[in-house]
Amino acid sequence: MKKHTLAVTVENRPGVLTRVATLFRRRGYNIESLAVGATENPSISRMTIVVTGDDKIIEQVSKQLYKLVDVIKVVDITEERLVERELILIKVKADPNVRSEIVQLVEIFRARIVDIGKNTLIIEATGDSGKMEAIEDSLKPFGILELVRTGKIAIVRGPGHSI
Amino acid sequence: MKLKGAEILLQCLKQEGVDTIFGYPGGTVLPIYDALYDSDIRHILVRHEQGAAHAADAYARVTGKTGVCIATSGPGATNLVTGIATANMDSVPMVCFTGQVVSPLIGRDAFQEADITGITMPITKHNYVLERTEDVPRLVKEAFYVASTNRPGPVVVDLPKDFMEREIEYEPYNSEINLRGYRVMKGCNYGQVVSAAELINKSERPVIYAGGGVIASEAAEELRQLSEKRKIPVTTTLMGMSAFPSSNYLSLGMLGMHGTRYANYAIGECDLLIAVGVRFDDRVTGKIAEFAPHARIIHIDIDAAEIGKNVDVHIPIVGQVKEVLQAINKRIETIEEFTEWHQIIDRWKAEYPLRYGASSEGRIMPQHVIEKISELTQGEAIITTEVGQNQMWAAHYYKFKNPRSFVTSGGLGTMGFGLPAAIGAKVACPDRPVIDIAGDGSIQMNIQELGTAVAYKIPVIVCILNNQYLGMVRQWQSLFYGGRFSYTDISSQPDFVKLAEAYGAIGMRVKNTQEVDNALREALKVTDRPVVIDFWVDRMADVYPMVAPGESLLNMLGEE
Repeated sequence: MKKHTLAVTVENRPGVLTRVATLFRRRGYNIESLAVGATENPSISRMTIVVTGDDKIIEQVSKQLYKLVDVIKVVDITEERLVERELILIKVKADPNVRSEIVQLVEIFRARIVDIGKNTLIIEATGDSGKMEAIEDSLKPFGILELVRTGKIAIVRGPGHSI
Repeated sequence: MKLKGAEILLQCLKQEGVDTIFGYPGGTVLPIYDALYDSDIRHILVRHEQGAAHAADAYARVTGKTGVCIATSGPGATNLVTGIATANMDSVPMVCFTGQVVSPLIGRDAFQEADITGITMPITKHNYVLERTEDVPRLVKEAFYVASTNRPGPVVVDLPKDFMEREIEYEPYNSEINLRGYRVMKGCNYGQVVSAAELINKSERPVIYAGGGVIASEAAEELRQLSEKRKIPVTTTLMGMSAFPSSNYLSLGMLGMHGTRYANYAIGECDLLIAVGVRFDDRVTGKIAEFAPHARIIHIDIDAAEIGKNVDVHIPIVGQVKEVLQAINKRIETIEEFTEWHQIIDRWKAEYPLRYGASSEGRIMPQHVIEKISELTQGEAIITTEVGQNQMWAAHYYKFKNPRSFVTSGGLGTMGFGLPAAIGAKVACPDRPVIDIAGDGSIQMNIQELGTAVAYKIPVIVCILNNQYLGMVRQWQSLFYGGRFSYTDISSQPDFVKLAEAYGAIGMRVKNTQEVDNALREALKVTDRPVVIDFWVDRMADVYPMVAPGESLLNMLGEE
């Protein structure tokens, strides 16, 4: 069982996300994350779906996705050279005595402080899943008040088109 | 020309070649019904929307055309749901139009509002909500295109009332299909065809396992050629029953849970399995690890997602069954002689024929009724069924001759399917006898459609195999639950003869085996109304052979 990253182009229409999500639930496929947004072509959206499964399951996922009329193309880009990013926002407890420590951590991770409250900081970071987990772990001891995280988006490096 | 959305809808339906619609009016479809009032499209008014869906489904199954039904919003639409799911599981081309509340009220829990596109998403091939009157022609065109091409299936089109009322400037035109996410499959992989033909030419113990895809693809003739050229025995699924003539020497009948012993044994012994238009359903394969254990498998199907879904295959070929079989047939060598393989199968056939004993209660045996129907109609009737024992006995004992003659809810197993399906089939094929083989349980699930058949003088024959049980469930309780017949005794039931008569149909009751023939002959003469025959059959008759769920096909219950 391995994590696969699928780049899926779909019609930019209402209900498409539901169709895809329903398909995954109905067939019992395991979505790790799903990110969707418009592309350079406003009539097309692109989903980046991270799904766990062996090769047979991924093949089924791909074939079942193709059966949806609104799905235009499905590519498994797991083995490609990728730029992958997630975005995380973390609100962390930051009493004056620990602030400088947090600021140092943020610099190490090349993250950013995007809001300063009386006793809190909001930190924004982008990167791959590993980095997201690392930054979360490092901030945990200070007390994480809130955390939100996007799904992964990915694009294939070089001149080739991902999709 | 200024036309209302509803009028444009009907014009577009005519352009798609629609001649018959099954439906039921209501608040949100009033504009459409108003337009129907002046239209020459025939509308059959059913008594329950579920009946409309099943009738449209059967209309499609017997003609190959796309069936059409219509229902109002909310409860009208949700009443279609079982019918849509039935068509979806059996890959039947159908377009269902549902009314929807006026667009400004959508999402406000308006009177008779239901999110039917949301509800039907997992049970349709595709569905649409109309967003403006101008889109009617495109949506209709796409709906019929998607429903009827590749692997067929139902499409729902939800029509808000205000868009049907609104008048716009409209000139008929032929809009292009422009669906970048949907391409119609043409041709097939040449290399795979060659490999398949080589394997077929080499194999010594081949079996063809044929399903509904053969019928959907109009490939019964190609299937017969393949079988006869190489003398390959053919077993069919429930959905493929009428794809290969039961009387053909090479026919093995049905396989699977209620398959014949010789079909299941042949699967167990074959060295090559040619799976054509099938999906390796659990009712067919039994224990999957022990299905066709010695065989190389060729799997031909239009739906790529079916390849490798349940069973790993050696040669997958994605394409229209008809085209693929034509390509294969060109490359196989004809053989004249029957072989040892046929002798083995002949021995199984002689040793383990389908058979049934006499009734211990002195009642009619249900299997006998079906044998009689088969004999009197010479295998030329359209048979619809309900679900359960009646359905399995119909598959066992009716000797089908032609494709599109067996209309049964195979995948979903919908009780209450048979009567409305018979109506849809008879409307499509008025010149053929149409007989619903029913149980006393199932028939009560859509009995109201007798009203439809009477109103339109549709002479379908309903043969109730009345054992006063939910027989198949009772059979499982006998076999697997220690004979504890929990809530399966339905001996409290209406007098079906009086009920038929109350509707204006003809009712007959048959209690003796000697009367079966005569009653059926009488019923077959009726041309102006439906006939209900209440056959009092043996209460404890079971369907055999049987493979317990999850067991190997070789592990069959029932008399050897």
